Amino acid sequence: MPNAIPEDSVGIVEPQIAHFDTPLELTCGRTLDSYQLIYETYGTLNADRSNAVLICHALSGTHHAAGYHSADDRKPGWWDAYIGPGKCIDTNRFYVVCLNNLGGCSGSTGPTSIDPATGKTYGPDFPVMTVTDWVNSQIRLGDYLGIHTWAAIVGGSLGGMQALQWSINYPDRMRNTVVIAAAPRLSAQNIAFNEVARQAIMSDPEFHDGRYADHGTIPRHGLRLARMVGHITYLSEHSMGDKFGRDLRTDKINFGYDVEFQVESYLRYQGDTFSESFDANTYLLMTKALDYFDPAARYDGDLSKALGQAKSNFLLVSFSTDWRFAPSRSEEIVDALTEAGRHVSYACIESPHGHDAFLIPNERYEAVFSAFMDRAANEAEQQKACEKGETACT
Amino acid sequence: MHLTRPDLAIIQNWIQPKSRVLDLGCGSGELLDFLQQKKQVYGYGLEIDDQKITECIAKGVNVIEQNLDAGLSNFKDQSYDVVVMTQALQAMKRPDLMLEEMLRVGKECIVTFPNFAYWRCRFYLAIKGEMPVSKSLPHTWYNTPNIHLSTFRDFEQLCKSRNLQIIDRAVGNSEHESHWATQLWPNLFGEVAIYRVTR
Repeated sequence: MPNAIPEDSVGIVEPQIAHFDTPLELTCGRTLDSYQLIYETYGTLNADRSNAVLICHALSGTHHAAGYHSADDRKPGWWDAYIGPGKCIDTNRFYVVCLNNLGGCSGSTGPTSIDPATGKTYGPDFPVMTVTDWVNSQIRLGDYLGIHTWAAIVGGSLGGMQALQWSINYPDRMRNTVVIAAAPRLSAQNIAFNEVARQAIMSDPEFHDGRYADHGTIPRHGLRLARMVGHITYLSEHSMGDKFGRDLRTDKINFGYDVEFQVESYLRYQGDTFSESFDANTYLLMTKALDYFDPAARYDGDLSKALGQAKSNFLLVSFSTDWRFAPSRSEEIVDALTEAGRHVSYACIESPHGHDAFLIPNERYEAVFSAFMDRAANEAEQQKACEKGETACT
Repeated sequence: MHLTRPDLAIIQNWIQPKSRVLDLGCGSGELLDFLQQKKQVYGYGLEIDDQKITECIAKGVNVIEQNLDAGLSNFKDQSYDVVVMTQALQAMKRPDLMLEEMLRVGKECIVTFPNFAYWRCRFYLAIKGEMPVSKSLPHTWYNTPNIHLSTFRDFEQLCKSRNLQIIDRAVGNSEHESHWATQLWPNLFGEVAIYRVTR
């Protein structure tokens, strides 16, 4: 962290844990009898509880979306650029909640947790989660926090898919949906990349069919490779070229297989850090949740029929150089929403940063996002005024 | 609230309450905002200008970033009551195809465009021998987005050749010159052409 916490930061935050003992029925047919969710909150919940915003995280995200855990942290939460006082998701106006999803490895119940039935870690026996399961668990977190109707459900990438599922499954419990750099379902190419990542993990000799914890090891190499492949899909050819070009680490090529190009060194570094901090079974589970996501499936494959259930206002955002979930994928959602006659606005943001652009500061992205969130905040305040009888309810 | 642009003030009269409207090149969403509030109209604006898209969102007007020259293939046949295009037809690569596309998606369409046969344009060209520059045509010939300028008469010929039916015609003048001559000879005295067309 810098010497002082920036003024537009939510500051030092502390994660909290909510325990649930009501069994959660999962899409796969199994049930989680009890579980916990770790979450953080920023800002203040207003008296009529109308200003709550839920942030849904992406593949390797956590509940730590903004602020710092301690004054010694080098980096803030993963979406700090967009959450804070005066930022797009303005914590002076909104009460922001971000949780670690079930099956995660940052504190919510997942493969690294102890299975009460066996007294050992779940490991590969943790049920495979779907986006719908996550949304169902998030509803319960809302109930726990006393939030019936969320002002907005917001997410990028896999997080955007959760927001989309929310809008279909719980139309009466939210007023706005923000879906950023997402897709209505994965393409064959998307699934193929996920499969390469899974094979990298599962073919690591240290994987032990997912029971690596019992062997006191982790499939480090597999995870590293999975992250390297994933990372390539998060960047654009242009941003990689810009960042590394064909730069060498030393001043000449060595005709060998050690790290020579800067991009190799970068990928190895990314892979190394990730493999030490992320759980392999969680990675497998998250990629499966992505592969299975297809909200139209229950509606004869008709996305506009699925989104016909929704009642919220939508903001869809895509990025020009994102090839993981290209603008055309967001446009499929936009078209389904217009066909269903829902309120939707859409912007395709010019950015060189590929899929990762949704995390990176960008003037136009901020302008569009702020304009939408400001309206959501105004709505929440009008709601309050109307319930108090100060203004007419519309 | 009131509409600041005279062409918008005229065409809002042609739009029925509660209709589904698609506004092509909606700008900062002035028309849709008005129609939403005054006529419970429901619709979307299509726009490509960054700033204007943000202004629409701030107003609560549904806006979709889309390049109109790429067509409207993402909208189904006859899915809107009215498709509106104000002051943008002349900037399309193929205004004729755009018009056909508007009438595929909408039951009727409303277009407004600067009338190049307006007497001031004629005067400018005749006397100066240069492409007219005016309030409604503020660009110079080399940087203008208005690549297909036309006149009342040109447009009516296009409609005739495509068997399109003109339901209404009006004249919009930026200086509110409401003069009997404008109604009588729109092609000479009308600054902005306003048409309501169906198949």
